[in-house]
Amino acid sequence: MAYFLQQLINGLTLGAIYGLIAIGYTMVYGIIGMINFAHGEIYMIGAFLAITTYLVLGGAEMASVPLGLMAMLVVSMVFTAAYGWTVERLAYRPLRGSFRLAPLISAIGMSIALQNYVQITQGARVKSIQPIIQGGFEIYSQDGFGVQLSYLQIIIWLLTVGLMIAFTYLITSTSLGRQQRACEQDRKMAALVGVNVDRTISLTFVLGATLAAVAGLITTLYYGVIDFYVGFLAGMKAFTAAVLGGIGSLPGAMLGGLMIGLIEAFWSAYFTIEYKDVATFGILVLVLIFKPTGFLGKPEVEKV
Amino acid sequence: MPDPVIRPDTPLLEVEGVRTRYGMIEALRGVDLSVHAGEIVTLIGSNGAGKTTLLNTICGEPRAHSGTVRFAGQDITRLATDRIVRLGIAHSPEGRRIFSRMTVYENLQMGALIADPAHFQDDLRQVFTLFPRLEERREQRGGTLSGGEQQMLAIGRALMSRPRLLLLDEPSLGLAPLVVRQIFAAIQEINQRQGMTVFLVEQNAFHALRLAHRAYVLVNGLVTLSGPGSELLANPEIRAAYLEGGH
Ligand SMILES: Nc1ncnc2c1ncn2[C@@H]1O[C@H](COP(=O)(O)OP(=O)(O)O)[C@@H](O)[C@H]1O
Ligand SMILES: [Mg+2]
Repeated sequence: MAYFLQQLINGLTLGAIYGLIAIGYTMVYGIIGMINFAHGEIYMIGAFLAITTYLVLGGAEMASVPLGLMAMLVVSMVFTAAYGWTVERLAYRPLRGSFRLAPLISAIGMSIALQNYVQITQGARVKSIQPIIQGGFEIYSQDGFGVQLSYLQIIIWLLTVGLMIAFTYLITSTSLGRQQRACEQDRKMAALVGVNVDRTISLTFVLGATLAAVAGLITTLYYGVIDFYVGFLAGMKAFTAAVLGGIGSLPGAMLGGLMIGLIEAFWSAYFTIEYKDVATFGILVLVLIFKPTGFLGKPEVEKV
Repeated sequence: MPDPVIRPDTPLLEVEGVRTRYGMIEALRGVDLSVHAGEIVTLIGSNGAGKTTLLNTICGEPRAHSGTVRFAGQDITRLATDRIVRLGIAHSPEGRRIFSRMTVYENLQMGALIADPAHFQDDLRQVFTLFPRLEERREQRGGTLSGGEQQMLAIGRALMSRPRLLLLDEPSLGLAPLVVRQIFAAIQEINQRQGMTVFLVEQNAFHALRLAHRAYVLVNGLVTLSGPGSELLANPEIRAAYLEGGH
């Protein structure tokens, strides 16, 4: 029981990371119908920006931890958003209206280019930071096994839940969110009521990158080490999460992220850790066989 | 560039020698027509004549490859769709194109995107007075409405932007006769009460010609006939070509 509870806590934390990245995949798919394969790299850049900010602030000797964390969050979000915007402008917008596979190929190229760019500018070795937020409590204990809930995990959950609420509000209840949804449903009609479609698509990339930046910061704080390659596997898993939840659906991306996090944590705990990725992708295959639109996906019938 | 001088007799919409093609196929082969402020002008023509292409060309997508479209004296031929719309043209397009996963209310909010928010409540009231059904369905998703209700919503959404020119593409298509009469009565009311200028494209020539001040006939991408609605209604050629079995 205690062991189970501990895995639940770990799984939810991991799920928060996947969920935040998955939103970027799902939103971009929703609005332009393509898989942005470079999104995992955007997340990786977010993590590097967080570490860079940390080092600039003096590393472990930074003057104030709360302010330092705030700075890491803001810098990472702003600059990662700029990367997301640039990727769309350079690699996807010029290909709009081209054949369907063109942006996909461009996305794979962008992904490789960003990986190499970070490898060259930051080096191929892992970067690490000292734990910034330490401590926590034991919330339950049984047969000498204590269930640990760290302060960092609590902060990660609060941050993630807060962002999800703000984001849901933005999409469902503001004019910007309505314009975003209008472009998803019918781009041509959106233009006919006066929506600037190109700008709305750019905004979608910026929002997705911003959330990926938060996931990158969380990864940096939680694991303490990153390298230029972290975006690949995390990106694949988050993409899986988006498909599992139903690609195009925001609540689906959050749900899918949590599910992937939990599957990984429990599989590693009760079976073999080597096969955790196989398990994750295996479950994806199973779900897609029985529910091709994912858990919360919308049926495609009403697309014009 | 100096502002164009707008004389009182300048048409609100002027289409001059417009040609539009899809690949090799030329759908419009030099169309000329005009719509003056306060008028209902209709364009009739059979399926495939190029009616939808003309309305879409006015809105900038697809683009005319030659000729000009002027709105209130300004050349809008090369402007982006959202810029054209912001000048005061609202389009209720073929197939209605309701945002199907948005509620009726959200669809109307989308219509009001470019309007001054101060007018929103007034405009909403006017649309609900014109189409009380929409008020009953306010929180219902657009995709679940009947065809007639979707058409009302498409017109309502267009009106929410406070346009100077309303473009309507076959509002009667696929609707029961009773609903068609409701829709046409509403168009007349918008024109008479609010002085709205309407450019109406129809295959249902009988209703359209009775309603319109002036009419054009489009055949294979060319205007072949024009005149007052009542005159075309009495024209034997028109009767034979477009009104057989009309009701
Ligand atoms: N997107 C398109 N691509 C290619 N051809 C088209 C397209 N839309 C319309 N056409 C062609 O252009 C001509 C005019 O079509 P359209 O404007 O839809 O006519 P109408 O609205 O009068 O029925 C038709 O021959 C049609 O097949
Ligand atoms: Mg048509």
